[in-house]
Amino acid sequence: MAAATASLLAQTDPRAVLARSARDPAWVRWSLIAVALLFLGFFLVLPLAAVFAEALGHGLAAYFASFRDPDALAAIRLTLLTAAIAVPANLVFGIAAAWAIAKFSFPGKSLLITLIDLPFAVSPVISGLIYVLVFGARGWFGPWLIAHNIQIIFAVPGIVLATIFVTFPFVARELIPVMQAQGTDEEMSAVTLGASGWQIFRRVTLPNIKWGLLYGVILCNARAMGEFGAVSVVSGHIRGETDTMPLHIEILYNEYNFTAAFAVASLLALLALVTLALKTIVEWRHQRLGRA
Amino acid sequence: MARRRRFVLPGFGLSLGFTLAYLGIIVLLPLSAAFLKTAGMTWSGFWAATTSPRVLAAYRLTFGASLAAGFVNMIFGLIVAWVLVRYAFPGRRLVDSLVDLPFALPTAVAGIALTALYAPNGWIGHWLEPLGLHVVFTRLGVFIALTFIGLPFVVRTLQPVLEELEPQFEEAAASLGANRWQTAWRVLFPEILPPLLTGFALAFARALGEYGSVVFISGNMPMRTEIVPLLIITKLEQYDYSGATAIAVVMLVASFVLLLLINLLQKWSRRFYHV
Repeated sequence: MAAATASLLAQTDPRAVLARSARDPAWVRWSLIAVALLFLGFFLVLPLAAVFAEALGHGLAAYFASFRDPDALAAIRLTLLTAAIAVPANLVFGIAAAWAIAKFSFPGKSLLITLIDLPFAVSPVISGLIYVLVFGARGWFGPWLIAHNIQIIFAVPGIVLATIFVTFPFVARELIPVMQAQGTDEEMSAVTLGASGWQIFRRVTLPNIKWGLLYGVILCNARAMGEFGAVSVVSGHIRGETDTMPLHIEILYNEYNFTAAFAVASLLALLALVTLALKTIVEWRHQRLGRA
Repeated sequence: MARRRRFVLPGFGLSLGFTLAYLGIIVLLPLSAAFLKTAGMTWSGFWAATTSPRVLAAYRLTFGASLAAGFVNMIFGLIVAWVLVRYAFPGRRLVDSLVDLPFALPTAVAGIALTALYAPNGWIGHWLEPLGLHVVFTRLGVFIALTFIGLPFVVRTLQPVLEELEPQFEEAAASLGANRWQTAWRVLFPEILPPLLTGFALAFARALGEYGSVVFISGNMPMRTEIVPLLIITKLEQYDYSGATAIAVVMLVASFVLLLLINLLQKWSRRFYHV
């Protein structure tokens, strides 16, 4: 009805005049585009270009020599290990939280959703600090941990825990709206057909949420590999042992070893570009599915 | 028994139980440690730790620079969102994906990249230096880093709202004799005000806690370019756990108040758009 009216209106002349008067004149259009592109150029493109320019400024040989440093390799390994634990942990949590929130009704649901988002409101530095208060030598479990010879703070477990905290909401907050929009009808039919819980999830729910899931995992992984503030507080900065890639960049930079610092940084910048590309592809696929 | 019958789908107990346990261990328990630690302090001790001149200077810088960065992002974010939604130009999709770069680029990388750009011999710095504008190791540097990390928020909160705003409204205004400026001010502006403020608040909240992108460019001079998160780390390194936690609690309360405000703003936005 509305479409028919619109097409009828479009044929009449006054409408075209109106459409023109409701549009911005060309000089406004082009100056706004110029302002937007200049702003983004200065704040996004130049910093990104600077990373690669500084990393490659002394030639490819110097660039690749930076990766032969055993401490750099140890930092890369620790970053991969941290993400390999934190992302699956938050993935399982995200699925469980979204399943409970989207498929059932219970009191306190909106409070629970707010609490899940809480880590995003906490400064990275404070995210690290609170783990020091719990697991540090003078923290709640400090004496017990020392007595049992377990080290969490200034060691790998602390880095993993702080990373899990800062990436906590990513998967859950992507999945909850997707699963809520999906409703429970399809799962209900699966139950009446005698499917088990695991079968329902794998065969009915998972195909519906896979793009949202992938999206959450991509964002979660990018943050897990790039986290600096929280990890900085709990790491202790032991070269070759508790240095992640971002922390190693800081050490190299403070030693005025700029080429090596930017070389490691260029790997993380590449990760960021891959993340953006994947994110765009997922959004694009998702939109196409939505229209189909 | 009654519960079993109410929920046809399996896994309610398991998924909710796991969610609550994980949330409790990873988020609520450590966060409560900060509040309990300060509860053990005397009131005068807490007051002294959170209002010493050095701490006050850090609050002023952090809140001031975050406000300024949020404000700049509000203006340019509006222009970027408008251009991306309404105008067609070559490379629009690429620019659109690039807006999220500050979310994807690790803060330490952003920090050293901005420092290299604005250093006296850097690409931008060597143009600013003759004008007497020093960015690196000044408050201006803090502001620039916070502008970078807050950039996506206003754009991303405005975009869906602008996409839903059909040009019919503007055509109706034009048909009633409004000029373009009147239409923008009287028709468009009231519609985009709630998401604009939401984006500003999100960028401001993010800037308050930001650490990685700021520490390299700020130079970290006490009383001058020291932000609150850095002060917390400095206190921790001096084993002043109570002092660090007291400041952290002040910042946590500020963040939670902002979170509440953002939720209210989003409810206000939703009154207009049923999304």
